[in-house]
Parts: sequence; structure tokens; C-alpha cells
Amino acid sequence: MSPLLTIRIQSEPFDAAAEIEALSRLGADVGAVASFIGFCRSEGGKLSALELEHYPGMADEEIGSVVAEAASRWPLFGVTVIHRHGVMRPGDGIVLVVTASSHRTASFEAANFVMDYLKTRAPFWKKEHLVDGSSGDWVDAKIEDDRLAARWKLDV
Amino acid sequence: MWLISMSEIKLVYFAWVRERIGMSDERVIVPDEVKTIAELAGWLQTRGEEYAHAFENPAVVRGAIDRKHVKPDALIAGASEIAFFPPMTGG
Repeated sequence: MSPLLTIRIQSEPFDAAAEIEALSRLGADVGAVASFIGFCRSEGGKLSALELEHYPGMADEEIGSVVAEAASRWPLFGVTVIHRHGVMRPGDGIVLVVTASSHRTASFEAANFVMDYLKTRAPFWKKEHLVDGSSGDWVDAKIEDDRLAARWKLDV
Repeated sequence: MWLISMSEIKLVYFAWVRERIGMSDERVIVPDEVKTIAELAGWLQTRGEEYAHAFENPAVVRGAIDRKHVKPDALIAGASEIAFFPPMTGG
């Protein structure tokens, strides 16, 4: 049976518990569900918010191709990726990845892979809003993220 | 009739590329000698200070053709939408 792949790009918050529950009920052979949530943080009290801009259409397609690649590399029952856009406050969830498989290695590795690729391929950009009300800088991409993505040896 | 066949391309800009240029999208008629993404960025650079600022370090700006990532030497012939944006910072 082909895995259930769900990608949502939305401004609304997500319910991580409900998404994990949904994948854990994909069948009697689901033995492992891994999840990752990326949150907005204040950077030591400096930021009041992060504003996420995205490229509609391309964002779905890029995440879709990364998720499809994950499903071809690991034996998965399902993958759910939700990525938000708009204004996030510290503590708000920005991205959710959930993977379901029979054994833990596939779930862990697939979730890690999806996050590494999403970081360098999905067309989203973060702009800082400072606590003093001024508009901060655009967040710079990290060389470290390119290195993390490169270790999977994939040119998607 | 040949004038009508000249290709008009929709350009879309994101993040600080959008802010520097001062708009999120526009339609342009690209001269025939502009064949690649890198050449298109170079041509845009000559269209005013805003563009010169956006493309001041062209190696940093990424391109996409019809919503697919491409390298600077990618040919733009036949493209209907070309995007320019900084390295991505999602997740």
C-alpha cells in the first residue's frame, strides 16, 4: 500500500497531537511514529515575532517532492508536513513533520531528512520583528543547513 | 506579427529581493540576447538603482523557473514565470 503523504501550507496554527494521532492509526503494523516541531523563539528576548513569507504553489511542490523522496527511501506508512506562513510569536509552532513506520529507524531518519531538505529547498523566508516595534532583518541562511542537507547525498 | 511572438515573462520577487526592488511581481519583455537566469539577473541590474541593489551580489540571489529551482546557467526560453529570491530560511 502506498504511504499517506499529507502536505499543508497554512497560516493557521496546527494541532500536533491530532496529527500524530492520525498517523499512529494508519494500521496495525504502525510501530513507530516520530515527530518534529519547529517553534518561533525570541532569541533571548530580542524578537517579538517572526514573519514568514512564502512562494505559494512552489512551497507545496518542493515539500511534496522532498516527502515523496523520503517515502521512496524508507518504508513509511505516512508522512505529514505542515508549514505555516504569516506572523509567528515566540512559542508558536512554525513547522510540523510526522512520520510513521514499523520500526523507529525509518521514522527518525525520514523526519530528519525531510527537515534537512525543507530547510534548504522550501521557498520560505523569515523576517524578524523586534520587541521595540521596529522591523528587524531577514534571517540569513546558515551554511550549516547546507551541510546537513548535503549529507543525504541527494540533488533534488 | 513577429513582435507579438516576443516573449513576455512574469517576474516574481520574494523577501529582501522584493523589498529592494519595491514590488512583488511585474511583466517584462526580455531582449533576445538574454538567454540564461544569470543573464536575466544581469539585465535586471541595469534597470535602476533598486534592481542594482537587489542584485548587487548576484551569487547570493537564487532563481526559479516555473516554480522549480534552477542554476544560474539555466535557459529561460519558454518560461512563463521566473522568481528571484534569497537563500531560503524556512523550517
